[in-house]
Amino acid sequence: MTGHPHVGVTDAFLGMPKFQTVAKVELANSVQRRNLAHATGVIRGKRAAVVDELENWEELRLAAEAIKDVALRRLDEHLEEFEANAIAAGAVVHWARDAEEANRIVVDLVRAEGASEVVKVKSMATQEIELNEALAAAGIDAWETDLAELIVQLGDDWPSHILVPAIHRNRAEVREIFLREMGKVGRPAPQDLTDEPRRLAEAARLHLRDKFLRAKVAVSGANFAIADTGSLVVVESEGNGRMCLTLPETLISVVGIEKVLPSWRDLEVFLQVLPRSSTGERENPYTSMWTGPGAGDGPRNVHIVLLDNGRTRVLADPKGRDALRCIRCSACLNVCPVYERTGGHSYGSVYPGPIGAVLTPQLRGTSSDIDKSLPYASSLCGACFDVCPVRIDIPSMLVHLRTRVVDESRGGMPSGEQLVMKAGGWMFADHRRLEAAGKAAAGAGKVLRSKRMGGKQVLRSLPWPASGWSGARDAPVPPTESFRAWWQRTGGGHEEDGHE
Amino acid sequence: MSRQMTVALFATCYNDMMWPETPKAVVRLLRRLGCEVEFPVEQTCCGQMFTNTGYADEALPAVRNFTATFSGYDAVVAPSGSCVGSIRHQHRDIAARAGDRQLEDDVVALSPRVYELSEFLVDVLGVTDVGAHFPHRVTYHPTCHSLRMLRVGDRPLQLLKAVRGIDLVELAGAEQCCGFGGTFAMKNADTSVAMGSDKARAVRETGAEILVAGDNSCLAHIGGLLSRQRSGMRVMHLAEILATTDDGAA
Repeated sequence: MTGHPHVGVTDAFLGMPKFQTVAKVELANSVQRRNLAHATGVIRGKRAAVVDELENWEELRLAAEAIKDVALRRLDEHLEEFEANAIAAGAVVHWARDAEEANRIVVDLVRAEGASEVVKVKSMATQEIELNEALAAAGIDAWETDLAELIVQLGDDWPSHILVPAIHRNRAEVREIFLREMGKVGRPAPQDLTDEPRRLAEAARLHLRDKFLRAKVAVSGANFAIADTGSLVVVESEGNGRMCLTLPETLISVVGIEKVLPSWRDLEVFLQVLPRSSTGERENPYTSMWTGPGAGDGPRNVHIVLLDNGRTRVLADPKGRDALRCIRCSACLNVCPVYERTGGHSYGSVYPGPIGAVLTPQLRGTSSDIDKSLPYASSLCGACFDVCPVRIDIPSMLVHLRTRVVDESRGGMPSGEQLVMKAGGWMFADHRRLEAAGKAAAGAGKVLRSKRMGGKQVLRSLPWPASGWSGARDAPVPPTESFRAWWQRTGGGHEEDGHE
Repeated sequence: MSRQMTVALFATCYNDMMWPETPKAVVRLLRRLGCEVEFPVEQTCCGQMFTNTGYADEALPAVRNFTATFSGYDAVVAPSGSCVGSIRHQHRDIAARAGDRQLEDDVVALSPRVYELSEFLVDVLGVTDVGAHFPHRVTYHPTCHSLRMLRVGDRPLQLLKAVRGIDLVELAGAEQCCGFGGTFAMKNADTSVAMGSDKARAVRETGAEILVAGDNSCLAHIGGLLSRQRSGMRVMHLAEILATTDDGAA
């Protein structure tokens, strides 16, 4: 894994260009645009169908929101309860302040087992800490076993979607990657491989089977950590996760501290909302739950690494903390018109889309170009909030983070934008200033609409700060009279000919 | 339904300066429906552009101005879902940030009385047939803030369906954002145009003569693309269609 930039929540992400710069390149990738429009459209349709069939969907959302809020409000207590119960069940619990600490714990555990490779269950937390890179630096191979993660890893690419990491690839591209890359790291793909989904899945299955049977150590994340039982829960579709969770002798799970649910019973709500929101299924095919090591079956050593990595800082912000409710379903990505067009790589983070735009700048801070630009990577259309199963008001949170970005920029030499905004704020404090501006606009309108100027109805190019508008869009010519001037001239329209 | 009620028109700064025909249409329409319409000249702007770009301090004067100007009225009507969305959902935050309890209380008291045009017509006046006549083929784009902040639902469509002579055709993917998004249109111009181009294509494929919506900002964006493409289509604010009668006054 060398060809992609650092997009985790580590110290290495700095230097990523801002959203707009990457988006401009991604927008020009018409194959990717088509792949994304098709794929998000299909998932959107499936989600809508399985959500619409539930009469109590809104109640489920409210319940999910409430449970997560309760969990977060007393997070410290729930985490300690989880730890105590996990230890009682025979698990070893580790606490990691940040990515570096978590990676060190995992590397040491793998080394202690004498292993030189691990198989991995799809996990956002381990991507966030760039665990694969840390393992590689320690001479340990990490094999992704989720089909889409495998495609991404073999292609020396990086995920562009939380749930469907290779969503930007079509099956013809997947076939090429398999043919070219599988042989370099294990069992090669059959030479007569076609781009039929069945054949591609078969090639992946055969390639991965060797690794499942050989590996001594598996690394996973978790969808939920249950405080009152000390259990972990992984929800997946393929069964490859189940292989990793049951075959190797040692299982290491890296779990963000916000994954805790107070009670086993809370799963009743989350196992309904998660599959419907994520894959558009009523029930996901594989749900694995474990509480320490099992007697005579499954891994003998169960380790749990509880990861903070910026989460307590997010929790400290009353307006930003709701982002910690996120259960990584990706429904917001699939409905987002910005994500659909720019793709996940524009967001410069393992967390793309609307949730990434609010989560990444909170986890990493708002000091870099990319993290300053992320809160602005939205038209604030609100589609994300409508589908969010834990009711995160992403549009309001984006505005909150924009305010933070602006507030942090105050005090130095004012930028052009700051000057424009300051002037605007001054103008709207008093209607007489607006009236003067209206007269100036109407004067310009009269000139532009005059015969001498060719009777312009629209403008094809505008000067800064409006030049960004007119690249592809005509701009309206101001009217010859503002509304308020008309109102004053005609006594509220009563003295106007032809109407009243 | 209380006829003869006095309504304060919030034209919005953008309509006031750039699209005066829209607030003029609101005046004619509301008078035709029996309302007394006032235009408090002290009004300026809702401050949304500042708020949504992160300039909360700069939004404060506009929020103060709006609250002071309109607090004395029982009903305030604006031909913009987006501006009304900002008033109802953001003004309180701006006031709270300024630490001004009086302003916050005034905002909370006023904002429920501020209506987007279709809300006011359907919910307050209780009319869907406003007596309009508009014999054209029209398609309707529900703007995001009307749809998802204000939840106006199908109120604009109820109003349009009752217009005599209208040929209302459905817009594919109607609920997808057009990509305007305020300063997003300039700060993320490439993405904004990509979204707008898809919207403009859907609009053109309806075969309608006119695209109608409840926000001139979104219409200026889609209309700007349609104009650059020499599509021959027009965009029109909902108020202007509803104000048009057999006399041809639009």
